[in-house]
Amino acid sequence: MKTLKEISCGETVRVRKLSGQGAVKRRIMDMGITKGVEVFVRKVAPLGDPMEVAVRGYELSLRKEDAEMIEVE
Amino acid sequence: MAIKMALAGNPNSGKTTLFNALTGAGQYTGNWPGVTVEKKEGKWKARKDVTIVDLPGIYSLSPYTLEEVITRNYLLSERPDVILNIIDGTNLERNLYLTTQILELGIPVLVAVNRMDLVEKSKDRIQMDQLGELLGCEAVPISAQKGTGVLEAAEKAVALAQKQTSFALPYAFDERVERAIASVGERLGSDIPAERKRFFAIKLLERDDKIVEQIQTLPDVSDAIEALERTFDDDAESIITNERYACIASVLKSCYVKNETNRLTVSDKIDRIVTNRLLALPIFAAVMFLVYYVSVTTVGGWATDWVNDGLFGEGFHFFGYEVPGIPVIAERALQAVRCADWMQGLVIDGIIAGVGAVLGFVPQMLTLFACLGFLEACGYMARIAFIMDRIFRRFGLSGKSFIPMLIGTGCSVPGIMASRTIEQDRDRKMTIMTTTFIPCGAKLPVIAMIAGAFFDNSGWVACSAFFVGIAAVVCSGILLKKTKAFAGEAAPFVMELPAYHMPTAGALLQSMWERGFSFIKKAGTVILLSAVALWFLQGFGWVDGGFALLEEGQAEYSVLAAIGGILAPLFSPLGWGDWNMAVAALTGLIAKENVVATFGVLSGYAEVAENGVEIWSVLAAGMTAAAAYSFLVFNLLCAPCFAAMGAIRREMNNRNWFWFAIGYQTALAYAASFCVYQFGTFAATGTFGGGTAAAILVTAAFLYLLFRPDLELKRVYGKKKLGINI
Repeated sequence: MKTLKEISCGETVRVRKLSGQGAVKRRIMDMGITKGVEVFVRKVAPLGDPMEVAVRGYELSLRKEDAEMIEVE
Repeated sequence: MAIKMALAGNPNSGKTTLFNALTGAGQYTGNWPGVTVEKKEGKWKARKDVTIVDLPGIYSLSPYTLEEVITRNYLLSERPDVILNIIDGTNLERNLYLTTQILELGIPVLVAVNRMDLVEKSKDRIQMDQLGELLGCEAVPISAQKGTGVLEAAEKAVALAQKQTSFALPYAFDERVERAIASVGERLGSDIPAERKRFFAIKLLERDDKIVEQIQTLPDVSDAIEALERTFDDDAESIITNERYACIASVLKSCYVKNETNRLTVSDKIDRIVTNRLLALPIFAAVMFLVYYVSVTTVGGWATDWVNDGLFGEGFHFFGYEVPGIPVIAERALQAVRCADWMQGLVIDGIIAGVGAVLGFVPQMLTLFACLGFLEACGYMARIAFIMDRIFRRFGLSGKSFIPMLIGTGCSVPGIMASRTIEQDRDRKMTIMTTTFIPCGAKLPVIAMIAGAFFDNSGWVACSAFFVGIAAVVCSGILLKKTKAFAGEAAPFVMELPAYHMPTAGALLQSMWERGFSFIKKAGTVILLSAVALWFLQGFGWVDGGFALLEEGQAEYSVLAAIGGILAPLFSPLGWGDWNMAVAALTGLIAKENVVATFGVLSGYAEVAENGVEIWSVLAAGMTAAAAYSFLVFNLLCAPCFAAMGAIRREMNNRNWFWFAIGYQTALAYAASFCVYQFGTFAATGTFGGGTAAAILVTAAFLYLLFRPDLELKRVYGKKKLGINI
């Protein structure tokens, strides 16, 4: 199972499932990363973390540690 | 009829611009009781009976962030007559997510679609009437920055407030979800009015534990939740969130056409360079240098020098005219009315000197706030967090903590106030507590004095002072992160990178003034009193068996000296148990550069150079190098000056947190200089005493606190996953 963390820059993936719970998960979902949505991985910060993705027409940054909770295909 | 209108919307949706456009300047700003979340209230310029409340910018009404909880508690308990929900037209989908939650509160809502000028420019099409119809409320186009449609929107909102018609949601979630909501809604008691049943039912389904406080008779809904979760094979919170986004997608499908031809916007182009893997750090360094250069070295520095040396000093030249400074004018005036000596001393040396020293920072601060306001409003601040997050989160700070620290090398006061831009409460508090460890400009004379008197002007003293400061920040971050006070779920770093845009000059000036003014007010109250109290302690004492105003050269008889004498034994384990050292450290509370001046006065010099070169030999004779370095470390790390303490008090907005910060700083300073002195003495003399053993114990305890496993974090993350790498 692939997670968003492993996706390289320039790829577009579809969210399958979100693992985890509580505030971090809710925040990720509130920001529009929900089941079935398309996520484009735009870039990774200069120091390797966090990453920047485009979702629902805007730019979002999240830590790789949190991106690990997002299963994609 | 008095009407209360609440402005709600996502961060960066243009809420504040709209608020300023509607209310004009000079509004009440403050914090919500007990927390540092901005609270703004103002009267509508056009109709004074309409009060407008600017709520914090939020993405959702979840129970997880302070801002969100404050907003929904406000909306539930204060019941504004109408909610003006401002949404960003260039980012409809995510902005409408909050709208779907606001619509459930049973309060009339007007949706104002902002940034219509940009929407039109990119040739996107939004059918307003249809959007309103599909959401079940009215939708109007506005551009807060250009000022178009703002008046109409406010008028429409007022009309809605006066009508107070109830409405039904035209859209619905999946019917299985709707059934669950209806079933929970029926179980709610009569204390929940019908129009708010949907909101509470959904919150109960989401297992929102904070909503429980708002409900009198709490029904048991676990069966409904379980049934729902079984059907969808997901947790209830996720199911509802999915449904909201699904509804938004279907609403937008019939009223919104996005122009797909021009994919790469200006913002994307800027970001390609600014957050580029290779260029990001150099650009960031250049931007930081520029901010520092403008606000501390040049514009702000000049203005501050002018206030300190001109306005609150000898005077200044104004187009060839000589204008005397405030102390000079005050002295002449007081002498003219033949005022008593002690009164003159109080006014000039106490009040004017004390408050002047603090107000001197105002120009520097205003320049800095203008720079920061610009970085924040244009969107670069979010990129700073993006670039720096990797480094700072390792010790419990945020990517944005870099700015307060950098500014803090100039002066801690604006540094502490710059922490405002950090959203996460925990990160912000941590930043406030640690910013003053970075040696500020006023500590440089102390460093120069110690380096000159004891270490042959060696460069490594100044260098090591900065190292001590940085080490204190890093260690405190790691150490405090593991304490109960800072425990709790790690704030998720899931952050929007807003599109770049040019802020208006008016908005910049307004944000600069709001922040600066709150500090000026502080200078007029608490700092004024502290200055007066310290002047009194320093200027009065017991001479010739009576209590009297002291004359020059009698400093050792002052009340302050007496206090110094009492405190001195406390400092003898640190190697400087002499009363005048204690007094010097105490006067450092007014301003750190006073430490040198106090030494001068106590050594019988009326005035000494900034680095105290005249008293080096006296100092060197009085104590060992280890003691001197310990004195330096103590002054670097202990409680900062009154101005900085005022800033800490204001930014913490909580008495307990303030005392915790000051106490922690002083305790750390004490422990660090104790170890410095004891180990330094051991290295120099080779005698192992009780003090050395105690220092080893202190170091061991410190190392334990630093490296112990993070129990609090494990507890929080325990359910999520183990073996997390911090």
